[in-house]
Amino acid sequence: MTQADAHTVDERLKAESFGSKLMKRPELGAIAGVVLVVLFFLVTADRSMFTMAGFMNFMTPAAQLGILAIGAALLMIGGEFDLSIGSMVAFAGLFFAVCVVNWGLPLIVAIPATFIFAALVGSINGTIVIRSGLPSFIVTLAFLFILRGLSLVGLKLATGGSTQLRGVREAVQDDWLAPVFSGDAFKGLFEALGRAGLVETFNNGAPKVPGVPVEIVWFIAMAIAATYVLLRTPVGNWIFASGGDANAASNSGVPVKKVKVSLFMLTACCAALVAIITVMDSGSTDARRGFQKEFEAIIAAVIGGCLLTGGYGSAIGAFFGAIIFGMVVIGLTYTDFDQDWFQVFLGAMLLIAVLFNNAIRKRVTGER
Amino acid sequence: MTQDSTFHHGDAPNIASIIEMRDIEKHFGNIIALAGVSFDVRPGECHCLLGDNGAGKSTFIKTMSGVHKPSAGEIFFEGKHMDFDSPRDAMEAGIATVFQDLAMIPLMSVTRNFFMGREPTKGRGLFKRLDAAKANRVTVEEMRNMGINLRGPDQAVGTLSGGERQTVAIARAVYFGAKVLILDEPTSALGVRQTSNVLATIDRVRKQGIGVVFITHNVRHAMSVGDRFTVLNRGKTLGTAKRGDITPEQLQDLMAGGQELAQLEGSLGGTV
Repeated sequence: MTQADAHTVDERLKAESFGSKLMKRPELGAIAGVVLVVLFFLVTADRSMFTMAGFMNFMTPAAQLGILAIGAALLMIGGEFDLSIGSMVAFAGLFFAVCVVNWGLPLIVAIPATFIFAALVGSINGTIVIRSGLPSFIVTLAFLFILRGLSLVGLKLATGGSTQLRGVREAVQDDWLAPVFSGDAFKGLFEALGRAGLVETFNNGAPKVPGVPVEIVWFIAMAIAATYVLLRTPVGNWIFASGGDANAASNSGVPVKKVKVSLFMLTACCAALVAIITVMDSGSTDARRGFQKEFEAIIAAVIGGCLLTGGYGSAIGAFFGAIIFGMVVIGLTYTDFDQDWFQVFLGAMLLIAVLFNNAIRKRVTGER
Repeated sequence: MTQDSTFHHGDAPNIASIIEMRDIEKHFGNIIALAGVSFDVRPGECHCLLGDNGAGKSTFIKTMSGVHKPSAGEIFFEGKHMDFDSPRDAMEAGIATVFQDLAMIPLMSVTRNFFMGREPTKGRGLFKRLDAAKANRVTVEEMRNMGINLRGPDQAVGTLSGGERQTVAIARAVYFGAKVLILDEPTSALGVRQTSNVLATIDRVRKQGIGVVFITHNVRHAMSVGDRFTVLNRGKTLGTAKRGDITPEQLQDLMAGGQELAQLEGSLGGTV
């Protein structure tokens, strides 16, 4: 082939439209979903859903789920599953509560200790999966029960027979680190906005929305960080490669095992973060904390465009997937519908998302 | 014929080999996969390694690329004794292997595949990040040099044809400074047109002074680009021949271990 014709454009390639380029983004489905859900609630729900207070209302559960979903999404892109994250929330919550209540540790010690503890459990999960070569589905299913059971047993040991450990709020309320993990952020800003008349205020001048719940800040920060890592760092490339074809990746010099174990540790730490935030928020922990969250997180990740087979997906998608989730679970209370429609909706969303993703994958890989 | 020296040519000055494998043996438990294989590659040549299924070709190239450690025998790389502990070691020394699965991930873009495991970065510390602009530019450029026009650097590898994927894998190895390029049956699953593209790519690579090891069981493909031919049979080297010193029929015979094929050929009327 000569230089001249090497530079000519292949005549068999059709110009690609903007639309079909957009179709190839993994997060498209989730964004379309958000638009649909917003339209649905604009028609059916009470106006108050789309005020600042209503927004914070549905974003709070969305954020709590979203933190888990982003971790789950990264792990799924890396080609593995973690069904134990829900139980991990309970287990990390127990560990954290014991640290602050029973042992009286300050948050500066208790929080890093909880993260290290969670990472350790995550690494056990990951190491078993990697060493045994078994599907992560089965290994983490075992841990779903093991961790839930340990949380129950541990709670009884720590409290002398009860399955609820109280007194967290009392133990941490004066801690200087508490505002980072509980309550509202940007209070000063909202007060200033209230004084300036830019946000709704109560009669005494305090803003109706006192600030942004910290979990929302964490959620957004994590979505940005995860997207940056995925798209703009070598580690991101390694995650895609490990999930796409572990063998090919390791032949190319990607440290697949390290990547996967680290991702298991990350999801466990996401669970720990949710545990710390929710335990400090409610002031107690119990054995049902995080119940079934593993499924919800995986559903949010799948709605966000993650393939169950790994190697494809996005953190932004999981972000929007979690928001859809929060909007529906809270939004239904603003409508006349029975709230239990929620589960029907969830299942339907999952099914549509999987069908949609499957079609997308075929387009991307040019499968016919 | 057991060595080059059996054939007296006196053409092409004997340049030093890049890699030389001497009497390599490899045992897996009580199975002897390689029973004394010697092989060398010189810069700018295409050395074909031929052999039927089960001859030990795969075990041999896996030994050369650091996947297996030889049970006995020595490896010399650029004149120095070398032991490869891992594929990574061999890669760093300059031995690139394109396995049959190509180590390509269909769902990922050509750029992401091209730089998989060796991503270019810019910035430092926490701000160390992927140099996406450079990665895209290099990929498009290198692929163009190999005669492939990409729709864009973000085109998924899954949309490329088998021959194009092979070329991406070769271009990647060359870009990352391969001195020896091992190609494991690169033409086995390709059509006629794609095969000739890959053979042309091998020629292009050879001209850059890279030593190419071309593993195949197709004599015709080997004859069209090979400079030297080594035949493996039952874990042993049957000999190395230079281009022009051996006919395709002789090669075919060697691969099949002689007599059996002669018989077979008789019954098939000389079509094999």
